[in-house]
Amino acid sequence: MEAGTTIVGNILHVVLPDSQFSNSFDAAALKADAVQLIDANEIKGVKYFLADGAAWNSQSLAVINGISKIATKKGVQSDLSEMPLGVSKILALSKSAASDVATKSGPSSFNLFEALGEQVIEAWRDVKETSSFLVDASRSFGRLFTGKAQYQRSDLSLFIQATGPQALIIVGVVNLLLGVILAFMGAVQLKLFGAEIFVADLVAFGHTREIAPMMTAIVIAGRTGAAYAAQLGTMQVNEEIDALKTFGFSPMDFLVLPRMLALALMMPLLVLYADALGIFGGYLIGVYTLDFGHMQYIVQTQNSIDLTDILYGVFKGLVFGILVAVIGCKEGLSSGRDASAVGDAATKAVVNGILAIIVATAIFSVLATALGI
Amino acid sequence: MTTSDTAISIQNMTMAYGDFVIQRDLNFDIRKGEIFIIMGDSGSGKSTLLKHMIGLKRPSSGTVLYDDMDFWAASESERKLASRRFGVLYQSGALWSVMTLAENIALPLRTYTDYSEKDITDIVALKLSLVGLAGFEGFYPSEISGGMKKRAGLARAMALDPEILFFDEPSAGLDPISAKRLDDLIIELRDGLGATIAIVTHELASIFAIGDRGVFVDADAKKQTALGKIDDLRNAPPNAKVAEFLNRSAPGST
Repeated sequence: MEAGTTIVGNILHVVLPDSQFSNSFDAAALKADAVQLIDANEIKGVKYFLADGAAWNSQSLAVINGISKIATKKGVQSDLSEMPLGVSKILALSKSAASDVATKSGPSSFNLFEALGEQVIEAWRDVKETSSFLVDASRSFGRLFTGKAQYQRSDLSLFIQATGPQALIIVGVVNLLLGVILAFMGAVQLKLFGAEIFVADLVAFGHTREIAPMMTAIVIAGRTGAAYAAQLGTMQVNEEIDALKTFGFSPMDFLVLPRMLALALMMPLLVLYADALGIFGGYLIGVYTLDFGHMQYIVQTQNSIDLTDILYGVFKGLVFGILVAVIGCKEGLSSGRDASAVGDAATKAVVNGILAIIVATAIFSVLATALGI
Repeated sequence: MTTSDTAISIQNMTMAYGDFVIQRDLNFDIRKGEIFIIMGDSGSGKSTLLKHMIGLKRPSSGTVLYDDMDFWAASESERKLASRRFGVLYQSGALWSVMTLAENIALPLRTYTDYSEKDITDIVALKLSLVGLAGFEGFYPSEISGGMKKRAGLARAMALDPEILFFDEPSAGLDPISAKRLDDLIIELRDGLGATIAIVTHELASIFAIGDRGVFVDADAKKQTALGKIDDLRNAPPNAKVAEFLNRSAPGST
């Protein structure tokens, strides 16, 4: 028997071809053919056959299901007697199992204003949650000084190791190159005024006050903030945080505090290190490309900044470190309980972390200008 | 029955996520020294009920009493004190993955007792040997099998000699032999320690083997539909769903 549709008497014969997951037969065309024949003719029944030597699989079943659904609507009976026994059994099962009708609707259509509104509401909720988390975290910080906070000292040294020494290479490379970029960029503009020596001022002043704290914090947000969110998110999935709570441990003291402390201790040091490397990057360009003398560049650098500038940058680093730690931990602790939720938590930790760093930088700039720092 | 026989009392408790009610008007007592089974069909909120009983979730209404102490009306420090009196075995074991088995068990002991390190080491070894894991002190949770994780989780749950032990689906994911061994262990612990045991499970073999009394929470009715001795529930089920559940028969058949 050849695959296809024929009418014998007032019975429609549908012959299904072999369908070993190949594209050789067009299921949609066969179905459309059959439906059209049912529409156009006085059909009493539909009888299904398999082509000679053909095997059946889920595709055959889907074709039969599609045709018989339309046929049943028109009161036309389906006849599976020529098909293998398995076909009628599986089809019967699919009908009986349909009693548990799923009610969940699919994704609703996209509406720009709705999506925008949802984003705004969610962002606002994020801000509120993070603020209240920050308050809880500072309470935990207070408990640290009264000696009531329960956490493991060994955890703290582990986190310090991971956020400080292990970040030296990436933080160093990024800041060295930023110093280089700053020097090149400044040289091009300052040359117009014949004031190239002020490259040293630009690098020293710009790097210690703004670039070093901000870029170091961004690197740390991507490195450590994401790691914190993923660690705590995985612990959430694994019920480890529930287990801590039922033993009377506060996740805030036990998990968040050592991480926050580690970043609060390490970020100022990393910023100092970043300052040095950024200035060194500027020095390399100043001396080897712009042909300043060694001492000339160093003296110019010394004159351009004082301790206040360095401390201002270091203090910003401390604040950014706490922000990154708090946001990373908050996203981890409020993570859902599956793998994709942990991924989302890590993403949000980085995105919100960077956003918080930029917003805080802007606030610092306004305050510093107002206070004349 | 006097209240002093009651370890936990759930009174008119309703559980909900926001407006979505999971179970309403739950009422049952767990008596001291018994093995109490919380059973129900999938989606009925049995694990959520357990979370409400161990203080992880606050009921939207109703009370949870431990020895006449209203858990959610108490202060946070009282709640922490009360929660030290119970141990929980989580579905996946929930061992702290950055610590070895010994550290997992030792952490609550180091925090809440004044024992010396030597004593703690001995206690840890004892607890591990109770669950058949003697010598596994130095292993990390990722280095042992799922069944061993559960047993190690049980050793940790027993670290502070709790009066009440909670089990969330103890036999889920275990082969029949390991599941049977865990059941035997639960009975021995009850007899040996005199602990009260509350188990969330739908494993019929376990329910009949170790359960004294139980409650059935129904996913469709969103309330408890049976409460009493397991044998009574099996022999004279109060409704068709409980009969189907306990006799493993399909809906509608008898």
